[in-house]
Amino acid sequence: MSQGDTPLYAAREPIFPKRVSGRFRNLKWGIMLFTLGIYYLTPWIRWDRGPEMPDQAVLVDLAGRRFFFFWIEIWPHEFYFVAGLLIMAGLGLFLFTSALGRVWCGYACPQTVWTDLFILVERWIEGDRNARLRLHRAKWSLNKLRLRLTKWVVWLLIGLATGGAWVFYFTDAPSLAVALVNGTAHPVAYTTMAILTASTFFFGGIAREQVCIYACPWPRIQAAMMDEDTITIGYRGWRGEPRGKASDPNAGDCIDCMACVNVCPMGIDIRDGQQMECITCGLCIDACDDIMTKMGRERGLVDYLALKDETREREGMKKTPIWRHVLRPRTIFYTALWSAFGLAMVFALFVRADIDITVAPVRNPTFVTMSDGSIRNTYDIRIRNKNGEAHKFVFSQTSTERLWLSVEGSEARVVEVPADQMLQVRVYITADAGSPAATAERTVLRFWVQDLESSERASADSYFTGKVR
Amino acid sequence: MSKNDKKQQVETTGHEWDGIQEFNNPLPRWWVWVFYVTIGWGLWYTVAYPAWPLLTGATEGYKGFSTRGQVAADIAAVEAQNAPNNAALAASDLATLQTANPALYSYAVNAGGAVFRTNCVQCHGNEGMGATGYPTLSDDDWLWGGSVVDIAYTVSNGVRNESSPDARFSQMPAFGDILSNEEIANVVAYVRALSGQEADATAAAAGQQVFLDNCSACHGEDGKGDRMVGAPNLADALWLYGGDAATITQTVKNARFGVMPAWSEAFRDGGLTQAEVNAVAIYVHQLGGGE
Repeated sequence: MSQGDTPLYAAREPIFPKRVSGRFRNLKWGIMLFTLGIYYLTPWIRWDRGPEMPDQAVLVDLAGRRFFFFWIEIWPHEFYFVAGLLIMAGLGLFLFTSALGRVWCGYACPQTVWTDLFILVERWIEGDRNARLRLHRAKWSLNKLRLRLTKWVVWLLIGLATGGAWVFYFTDAPSLAVALVNGTAHPVAYTTMAILTASTFFFGGIAREQVCIYACPWPRIQAAMMDEDTITIGYRGWRGEPRGKASDPNAGDCIDCMACVNVCPMGIDIRDGQQMECITCGLCIDACDDIMTKMGRERGLVDYLALKDETREREGMKKTPIWRHVLRPRTIFYTALWSAFGLAMVFALFVRADIDITVAPVRNPTFVTMSDGSIRNTYDIRIRNKNGEAHKFVFSQTSTERLWLSVEGSEARVVEVPADQMLQVRVYITADAGSPAATAERTVLRFWVQDLESSERASADSYFTGKVR
Repeated sequence: MSKNDKKQQVETTGHEWDGIQEFNNPLPRWWVWVFYVTIGWGLWYTVAYPAWPLLTGATEGYKGFSTRGQVAADIAAVEAQNAPNNAALAASDLATLQTANPALYSYAVNAGGAVFRTNCVQCHGNEGMGATGYPTLSDDDWLWGGSVVDIAYTVSNGVRNESSPDARFSQMPAFGDILSNEEIANVVAYVRALSGQEADATAAAAGQQVFLDNCSACHGEDGKGDRMVGAPNLADALWLYGGDAATITQTVKNARFGVMPAWSEAFRDGGLTQAEVNAVAIYVHQLGGGE
């Protein structure tokens, strides 16, 4: 490579975020505790669904093709509920982003939460920013090796716990936990855990902010949802500049202590203005407020600010109240859209039946002539019994013509479908010899299935094919 | 630094044509080593797997791998998996299986479906829909009996074949040599009247005596057939070869001799095992006509 060529690869500048305390740091600790709590504890919540059903509150039963969420049970053909939830999650992100900027990135994103946890461990073991910088620059020694190994082992253990919690969502957690310890669990469980352990270690320990900057598509999309009313993090440059010593009467409020830069997990200087890397975690606000308080100056040199306010304040006007930023047509529209999806799904959840049937006429042959000359069609009917117990169902049919229904293997036309199962039943419809249906090409009919216990009914339309001479 | 300077730094191969020199830009070492490794791997592959063509085949490779062998192993694995079910099915009482062991019954329906689609559909059609001369298995009319045990016997021993000594057997005489054409025309009219079809009343009346004298021994006085000898019911709406006057006349004159092979492995190479016979009998029984 000749001189003057720019390298295509930029080596990562290591970041050593300094410890900070304050309002937003406390909020972040709280959210971390809450989200990690949800993640680790959810598989252990029990929920009684009856003797034949799993008692895990949240369970993705891939083998049985069922998704359990407390009192809700989703079958594969009801996957639109999951799609709806994903759409709601998307719209929720739109809403929060247009109102509060990258608040998801800064507080709730797993990448942020786990990286925060990994940095916490790093600080406990290797010390705060300066100690870590020194260790980073030091040559390899027994001490450095000891500290690094300890850190890596703890990181790996966190990764293992992360992968370990993940697999519990897919099968009964207590029995899997025992099997994992005994070494008798399914290889898929161990493989999943190994992969997630490695990826957690890599994403939280090594890649960190690079995931947000290079890998994640969300930051790029977010810019489309933000406008000058969106609350982001800003630096009151008109107050802080020019930077200078505290004793300098001509200098602004910023004493250039670098506190805001040292605590930043993304390694940026917020005083340079809005930047792609900023995840609006608010740690620089805490750091600066701390310094300003010590200096006896007004807090909020670095603050949550809308672009609109930045312009207003620069011109000496008063800040617009937060609610006027948040309540604007755009956010109201997102909220309405989000609620519409939510209400539609709640509605769909309440109207869905505990049974339903689908009918597949046997087409090859379409009909069979019986010895008395009557014409018979065959149908494969699937009944889904979503109840927690086995239920009995009776078949019937309605049609404009005279037709007779019989069920393979049951003279009473009753079948029992086991709890939470689908059963395929062979059903025959017969038309008397020479009757209108027996000689017409097509007769429309409707199958009915009635639950003998709850009297709930389900129906499906089909047709009868006659023998046309 | 100009482009010319750069040229100066790079080693040349010493080749020069009309003032144009050839740079020596060797491949990166790691790349070359990967290349050597692939050559080595390629050589190993030809030793390990079938590769070199010979006059009548190819080298087999020391690993002894072949795709046919793989298929055979896969089939053996599935058969080993099904072995307990098949053993149980071969030994079970077919008549009561559905209630006694629903899981095994369900296995038999599926396994029997596979056997049926391999061996039986050629004549009996998909879902046992039948064809001219080949009985429909999904209706309620049976020549030799429609219980699952009867069906299993028919599958095992077949009909009118020479391989099984216990094959279902009967033979209708060719009445063309026995009866006059007029008698045949009359008995055909009678048979059509029996099944409620259009027929000349006087011919039918005359045909009744012919029927009682010649046909009732097997087909019964009422024409409802006899399963002991596989004589079809002539009074119903179903006709194996056709119910029009011409076809019935042909049947009476020349008789029919429908043959079904004996499918049990006892009577033919590569025939069905007892479990397969039982499975296909259960499958046929649930096609809609089982008794």
